[in-house]
Amino acid sequence: MSKAIVLYLHVHQPYRVRHYTALEAGHNHDYFQAHYDHRTSNERILHKVAEKSYIPTNRKLVELLNRHPEFKLSMSITGTVLEQLEEWSPAALHSFQELVATGRVEIVAETYHHSLAFFYSLPEFEAQVQMHKEKIQKLFGQTPQVFRNTELAYNNDLAYWADRAGFKGILAEGWDPVLGWRSPNYVYRPSYTDNIRLLMKNYKLSDDIAFRFGDHNWAEWPLTADKFSHWLNETGDATNFNLFMDYETFGEHQWEASGIFDFLDALPAQWLKTPGNSFMTVSEACDTFEPNDQIDVPQTITWADTERDLSAWLGNKIQQEAIIDLYALGGAILRTNDLALIEDWRRLQTSDHFYYMCTKWWNDGDIHAYFSPYESPYDAYINFMNAYHDLRYRLAEKGVSV
Amino acid sequence: MKVLMLGWELPPHNSGGLGVACYQLCKALSRHNIEMEFILPYFSDEQPDFMKLTAASPRGVTEIIKSGIAYDSYKYRYQDGHEEYHDLYSQVAMYEHAVASMADEMEFDIVHAHDWLTFRAAMRLKIKTGTPIVLHVHSVEADRAGGEHGNPLVRDIEESAFLMADRILAVSDFTRRAIHHEYGIPLDKIEVVHNSIDHDGIVQLEPDNIYRYLATMKGQGYKVITNIGRLTIQKGLPNWLRAAQLVVQREPKTLFLVVGSGDQYQELIELSAELGIGKNVIFTGFQRGKAWRDAFAISDLFVMPSVSEPFGLTPLEAAVYGAPSLISKQSGVAEVLHSCLRVDFWDVSEMANQMIAAVRSSALRDQLLENARAEVSMMSWREAADKVYAVYQRHVAQEVALA
Repeated sequence: MSKAIVLYLHVHQPYRVRHYTALEAGHNHDYFQAHYDHRTSNERILHKVAEKSYIPTNRKLVELLNRHPEFKLSMSITGTVLEQLEEWSPAALHSFQELVATGRVEIVAETYHHSLAFFYSLPEFEAQVQMHKEKIQKLFGQTPQVFRNTELAYNNDLAYWADRAGFKGILAEGWDPVLGWRSPNYVYRPSYTDNIRLLMKNYKLSDDIAFRFGDHNWAEWPLTADKFSHWLNETGDATNFNLFMDYETFGEHQWEASGIFDFLDALPAQWLKTPGNSFMTVSEACDTFEPNDQIDVPQTITWADTERDLSAWLGNKIQQEAIIDLYALGGAILRTNDLALIEDWRRLQTSDHFYYMCTKWWNDGDIHAYFSPYESPYDAYINFMNAYHDLRYRLAEKGVSV
Repeated sequence: MKVLMLGWELPPHNSGGLGVACYQLCKALSRHNIEMEFILPYFSDEQPDFMKLTAASPRGVTEIIKSGIAYDSYKYRYQDGHEEYHDLYSQVAMYEHAVASMADEMEFDIVHAHDWLTFRAAMRLKIKTGTPIVLHVHSVEADRAGGEHGNPLVRDIEESAFLMADRILAVSDFTRRAIHHEYGIPLDKIEVVHNSIDHDGIVQLEPDNIYRYLATMKGQGYKVITNIGRLTIQKGLPNWLRAAQLVVQREPKTLFLVVGSGDQYQELIELSAELGIGKNVIFTGFQRGKAWRDAFAISDLFVMPSVSEPFGLTPLEAAVYGAPSLISKQSGVAEVLHSCLRVDFWDVSEMANQMIAAVRSSALRDQLLENARAEVSMMSWREAADKVYAVYQRHVAQEVALA
């Protein structure tokens, strides 16, 4: 029986809001430009991640694509990270283009600004998907066929929308309460749709690489390509293994010293040793396999936390107030046709801002486990809202009452 | 195990946090198998059931009358009827001599002394009996002097006591580092025992808030930002008023409530007038009981802008009585309370920035308060008592081994 690995990597960096105070609002509008040495410096963070992850990983991937004609992968890359690469690391951008030029790397559609707009404004969501599509066409000469929403946030409505929009596939978390007795290792059809296919992340196998790889306390440590391929070969109940993870897994979440690049280097050869095994891009998986069953997801699921819901972004009062207030400005902002103002408003929609305001783990005092460039979720909120107040100030300056 | 506690005050005769912390710690310690005798510099008519209270009275004194707060003069009444007033230094010396003369009649395995006022007595006991001494530091002189050098006589006492101590307990890591920094005491000689809050002491708020004027102003869209504490250099209030000026410029419907008394009282009134925010700043003087609790309850934000705060219980009390907090990073309580806003005491514009955010956003205030309450509800003096008891056991066992 033939089985495919569907490897999909997600590339994203937000425009972090610098320490921006109420005293500055109305004077400076440079919310996203921190001093280079500061923790919120987007330029510094981009340099670091390009050097540690993007450039070495792309070098390795190109090498693998050249070495193994059967090796393929998919990736998504947000508009906000593409702009940062264009500005601060053209070399890393070029390495992504080189990868796509092999013809065996598929780019997945999403919102340009990595936003949660689908849940707040459908026209704004559609505008961002279109912006992203155009950016991908321009930089990579490819038109995405498969859609993923920010944070893999997914429900029936989204699948219905993506089906109508003409996508052949959509990605979601292979969350057990949704799958029930079913396996994530098949292609599915979302409820209420006609043509679209659903690929669900095998989070156990994905997280073995993305989270557990370097954990010396993990019973399976060290994870080798041999062992990993063996697990997949032993899994009878499967056509496609959906390994979805952040691109920064390679070199950033898992440092080079963990051996992650050696693992990546060895995986294609090891997997392809067994006859019938292959790699597929997300489109190929959708085209190749018939749906095994129908999947119904009335509630929204994501790929984050043990809850797999939106609570990491929208779980508390400050997150909810911030996002509702931001979207409430939308109509007035778009009507100004002021592109700089509109772009600043869109950059504030990036989901990371709301994630930084999450207080779920903060009360435990376990502040080190919490990844954020801010000292506290409240600081993140205050900076964000000061930028929000400045947007209002800019509107007021144009004579728009808000 | 018999523990001799040396302390300067206990409620209700307390001027501030020191007495409360001593009382709560002893109460929590009484769960362990120890006998405690607490030596005070005055006669107390209170008699808690978990420890014995004794007054360290000099020979011939029949009554010591505390007037006001811990740092004021006491009146000593003698058997022959005459009375003497003594200032703080002479009280400290009299306490030391009295404790030393009482030592022969008392049995104890370990001495636990609270702050410099009792450290000379602790040192005398160690010299006289060889008993291990544990010094509990609720503040050092540099804290009380608002980050300045402070009184050299007090510093001398602190320094020699820290050198002689068998173990030093600090109410926060902030204080632990201050002891190290100010006196060069090695960090591994100092253990952090965070203060906590006593949930039994929480009084239900009454529906009618005593600050009727503020309640009415709030009805008209005003927000109330409050400080509660002594008005001294340590508490950092001039910076807070300067930040208040920046807040009022942007959010004119903001009132600042100052609850407390102290030597900066007049200076702060003058400063708020000078800054042009006189009508936004309301001074209530020192308050206890309902007026104290209601001050928290009426507040949209409680601010503790201290220059140096070894622990600082008030943000925890604020959470209990309904106010979220903005606290200076130069405070020990920041180590145990995470759901609060924080600022460097000197950073006036950032202090203003955070106060403006709180004034503007009910979501921020509500979320801070909800999370702070959840944190405070998990706190207990039991953890502190367990740590202290472990220290006793270690040092008493060491003494036995050496003997």
